[in-house]
Amino acid sequence: MRILNASGCLDALAAPEVARTLDAFVTKTVTPLPREGNAPPRIAETAQGMLNAIGLANPGRERFLADHLPRLRELGIPLWVSVGGFCADDYAETCAQLPLEIEVIELNLSCPNVDEAADSAAEIVTAARQATDLPLYAKLSAAHPDVAEVAQAVAAAGADGLSLINTLRAVALDKHLRLALARGSGGLSGPALKPVALHAVSVCHGATGLPIVGMGGIQTGRDALEFAACGAGDVALGTVLFADPGAPSRVRAELAAACEDIGVAKPEDATSLAKTPETERKVPA
Amino acid sequence: MQSLASPTRHRVTGSERLGPYTLMRLERGGLEPGVPGQFFMLEAPGRLLPRPFSLCLAPEGELVFLVDPVGPGTQALCELRVGEEIGVLGPLGHGYRLDVERPLLVGGGIGIAPLPYLAEQLGGSPPVVLGFRSEEHAEAAVLLPDAEIAIDPVLVTELIEPGFDVLACGPEPMLHAVAVMCPSAQLAWEAPMACGYGACYGCVVEIDGALKRLCLEGPVLDAARVRTSEEVAA
Repeated sequence: MRILNASGCLDALAAPEVARTLDAFVTKTVTPLPREGNAPPRIAETAQGMLNAIGLANPGRERFLADHLPRLRELGIPLWVSVGGFCADDYAETCAQLPLEIEVIELNLSCPNVDEAADSAAEIVTAARQATDLPLYAKLSAAHPDVAEVAQAVAAAGADGLSLINTLRAVALDKHLRLALARGSGGLSGPALKPVALHAVSVCHGATGLPIVGMGGIQTGRDALEFAACGAGDVALGTVLFADPGAPSRVRAELAAACEDIGVAKPEDATSLAKTPETERKVPA
Repeated sequence: MQSLASPTRHRVTGSERLGPYTLMRLERGGLEPGVPGQFFMLEAPGRLLPRPFSLCLAPEGELVFLVDPVGPGTQALCELRVGEEIGVLGPLGHGYRLDVERPLLVGGGIGIAPLPYLAEQLGGSPPVVLGFRSEEHAEAAVLLPDAEIAIDPVLVTELIEPGFDVLACGPEPMLHAVAVMCPSAQLAWEAPMACGYGACYGCVVEIDGALKRLCLEGPVLDAARVRTSEEVAA
């Protein structure tokens, strides 16, 4: 089980020593044009979670490729590039320009803080598939009424894996009952999300059998093992990195101990432990 | 700056009330106190995210923070008892440049927090002017015994005389007023911050004409670099 960061939850150039403790670094989402992101305030703490409305702040494709990517390569760790856009062609064009030494392209199909791409997840994956031979992971939202159906659609369109889940759109109020974030809504992350994420991983694993990077509220090695039990082969850390930049190493150590506690040799051996009637129903004949 | 790793655990060695504020003492352990104006992320018991605090005092073996209980996290910090432990990460960010000829320290409210350590590091008993919203808040001025004090409706900016190198920390309207009066001032800004090391992108302010992360660029910035929200709204 590899331990990654959730896209947008670590700047490897600002904190290279943290990035080097990961098995792969996932970039902040790259869009065709530079984005400054949303006005502050952009974050707010909630019960067992936090909201963010960063708004895909990034240098844009051109500067990412010319300036950021060469510096990221110098870190000497596998790179996953998160790709975003506002139509299928946006995604395809960025995918086409990414060099082959990238380990995986993660298609961000689910940012709650920008207007949604008009094209469907499957249309975007189809366009990206035609544009690159690199492995494609589709990052999905659990806000869809049937995330397993979306997972099956992106699998049919050529996705090689799934990143589950993105934040969920939510609002928080300040003490004067005003919306806490300048944008109004933001994406909910942190432990509050974990049960939702476990369910999405479980049903998408059953529906597609695709490799899954599980994320959403992982704080400990035990949390990571729960994702493995639901079908995630790898995990990503997000909000936990904010309070604990040492989380990757800590979670890795705790994961080994959690495996021992439960009597499995490695996280992958836990995969069948959390099968549900719902996941069984989704397995294709 | 320390290499980024998990926060280290530090025991509370003292907690005393100063008006509405709490002066919290922690065992220093292996942490460096850093440059005045740098900050530490302190675990807020029972909360998901740590909170940023600039160092107030650095007596031998201790790190001392001034806490204003404005929300659940800061309240939990104020309620900590001697012997309890919290996680601490830091020092982080960029503090004040100390190579100034005629320093004048200007603080407003909880913004006086970094000034005692700043005065100590500057040496030579620099002049200090402080502004508070009430007599009760002004009890915190015991941390800077020689300071001149303004209490609302008198503004601290009325105590600033020309010809000084101003080093300030306080609420945004105060910093804005100081920036107008003293364009070469060094100002310590505040913003909601989840991580303190550039990971969350939450603490952006307009710096040099673009939204940049305060934790990496500041929190102490030359006055000319920041356009305040008042100017943005104008």
